[in-house]
Amino acid sequence: MSATTWAWLVLLFPLLGSIVIGLTFKVIPAKAAGIIGTLAIALAFACGLGALFTLLGEDPEARHHASSLWDYASVAGLDIKLGIYVDALSIFMVLVVTGVSTLIHLYSYGYMQSDKGYHRFFSYLNFFVFSMLLLVLAGNFVLLVVGWAFVGFASYALISFWYRRTTATKAGMKAFVINVVGDIGLVLAAFLIFQELGTFDYGPAFEKAPEVFTTNEWTITAICLLLLVGAFAKSAQLPLHTWLPDAMEGPTPVSSLIHAATMVTAGVYLIARTHVFFELAPTAADIAAFTGLATLLVAGTIALVMTDLKRAIAYSTMSQIGYMIMGVSIGAYSAGMFHLMTHAFFKALLFMAAGSIIAAMANNQNIDRMSGFGKAMRFTSITFLCGALALAAFPLTSGFFSKDEILAYAEARGGMYMIFTVLGYVGALITAIYTFRLVFRVLPGRPCKEAQELIDTGHVAHEAPTNPATGEAEDTDVGYPGADHHIAEQSWPMRAAMSVLAFLALVGGLIQVPGVDDVLEKWLDPVFENSPLVDIHPSLGADYVGLTIGGVISIVGIYIAYLIYIKHPGTTARMIERMRPAYTLFVNKWYFDEIIDFLVVRPALAIGRFANRVFERVVVDGLVTGTEGTVRGAGGVVKAVQNGFVRSYALLLVAGFAGLALYFLITSS
Amino acid sequence: MSIEWYIVLSALLFTTGLVGVLIRRSPMVILLCLELMLNAGNLALVAFSRMVGNQEGQVFAIVVMVVAACEVVIGLGLLVAIFRRKLPLNVDELRELRG
Repeated sequence: MSATTWAWLVLLFPLLGSIVIGLTFKVIPAKAAGIIGTLAIALAFACGLGALFTLLGEDPEARHHASSLWDYASVAGLDIKLGIYVDALSIFMVLVVTGVSTLIHLYSYGYMQSDKGYHRFFSYLNFFVFSMLLLVLAGNFVLLVVGWAFVGFASYALISFWYRRTTATKAGMKAFVINVVGDIGLVLAAFLIFQELGTFDYGPAFEKAPEVFTTNEWTITAICLLLLVGAFAKSAQLPLHTWLPDAMEGPTPVSSLIHAATMVTAGVYLIARTHVFFELAPTAADIAAFTGLATLLVAGTIALVMTDLKRAIAYSTMSQIGYMIMGVSIGAYSAGMFHLMTHAFFKALLFMAAGSIIAAMANNQNIDRMSGFGKAMRFTSITFLCGALALAAFPLTSGFFSKDEILAYAEARGGMYMIFTVLGYVGALITAIYTFRLVFRVLPGRPCKEAQELIDTGHVAHEAPTNPATGEAEDTDVGYPGADHHIAEQSWPMRAAMSVLAFLALVGGLIQVPGVDDVLEKWLDPVFENSPLVDIHPSLGADYVGLTIGGVISIVGIYIAYLIYIKHPGTTARMIERMRPAYTLFVNKWYFDEIIDFLVVRPALAIGRFANRVFERVVVDGLVTGTEGTVRGAGGVVKAVQNGFVRSYALLLVAGFAGLALYFLITSS
Repeated sequence: MSIEWYIVLSALLFTTGLVGVLIRRSPMVILLCLELMLNAGNLALVAFSRMVGNQEGQVFAIVVMVVAACEVVIGLGLLVAIFRRKLPLNVDELRELRG
């Protein structure tokens, strides 16, 4: 079978799974829905592997295929096909997405077991995977926009999954609105591309671009900036990031799949996919790189002070995506994609472990109340530690190699790009500290009430569920899991998924070790072969110096966290006192919500109120009531004739005919 | 016989029918008078057809008869329906459709 056939099958299975579960949810038992959902994604992963092996059997130069099923929209001068583009990059993304998704489906199979919306959950989740695959496999900008909008919807539906929770529905709306801002950017970019290049298809567009545009011409810069609006909104980069922490209201598997491993990395994929444009517009690429840098530092500082376990990990996700955006923007394409992959492993794992801990806490996410889970939940703790080590880039874990590859590339590019290396290492230090802040506060110490209950009775704590954010009682009828929670220690599918990811988080980096092997770089090379930037390579010596610095920084960061949280507990209180302004800034998330509220939301509301008072009441209402009055008046005049007497109608008819006849008689004579 | 006689008869019949439609209140009689008007028209059509010497007028007369038959079916159907619902058989009282 050809690679494109495999790719079409990759798209087919999740869509089929979503539809089957969605249509038969009343007949099939809950477990069957979980099995169908998981199997559909597993089959998609298998087909992805099929495509991989087919491509491997071909000449590296020929590893790109476009294929289309039928015309999607075909009018004068415009020919859009329902087409996919299969090359090393899209298949790489397909494998990461379907691989991680399979494991997260498996985890959800156990984690969501007592949820009454089990069918709905798997239907949505399969739909999300389908949309994400459509996004990465799309062969033209139109289908890219379609996939882009679909994942936005799927994310909305899953954030608001427990739809009786006011906080969840609000978070869903916020995510959707901000994502639509990004969609608009992407759509406008597609329009501009079509206007300038006359095609939506990837292949011809990327071929033509260097002939049509001169470097840094305003049109190509505009295209890239509009693409970046889309990328920033989806990947939660400044200033369009405020939806991601709120999105943690969704079930934990959703946070793990959509808001850590796959959807939020779509922006990184977009930049890598359109790298031809970005190389023609270095200014836009630099803007992207600096935004990534700013995001990674800002999000890192916020993650240092978050007391909500999932939100802290969400800020860490933003920060790590900052690294990826920075990488692909400065030209470290394979390094950026490498970090995307390892991040998908360890961040999905961290969320899974966090989900298990939160379940044991009866859905409380506050780390101030957690302690001693190392004793109560051995398996969860070990996997949490694996994920944390990889996130903190502890030597020889997966994050260690991928993060340093980006920074080493920035160093090799030299000049202004040295900033990225230096501040990237600062970010790495912050990462290590905030990661082990979570570890040291949750795992060791005297077991808290819930952990003690688990140790003593072997049962998960039961409490009447309340929303920790607002204190209101949860409605357990519409899918909220209620008092029944599932932890990894008591559910084999969760354990299986977490074990695989823990293994990958620890050793996944070994596929690309400087000087030893470069599997990923060689695989992705045909995609970026025409780029002048991929020829820049850090020397082997520089690579190892970078790795050493990274390893030292990671260990120093972990040691600092150890000093603060284990050796001298109480240090945090003193530090908060001493650095009150910085703490206030961080804990209020750099006031981004307030700034956006002041700059965008309030003016929009004011315009709305003005339009309502002036335009709506006076102009629109005036027009409408005026028209209505005219018609009513005219009707009143004619109404008198319609008196209901049949004979008077007949008389009028006769009189009319007589009049006509008389007229013709007079005029003809 | 010259054509005038036919036309005068036709006009007389038509006027009789018209006056009947205008002054009577019973729907039954109004229907009868309508038939009278249609047949007055038929008479004129046939007469003119004979005068001109072709068959087209007669064809029209037959078409009018078909239309008249349809009209009677509907009209009598309405009448029966009105009767069954015990409504007054008086067109001046059946005026729900006034504007």
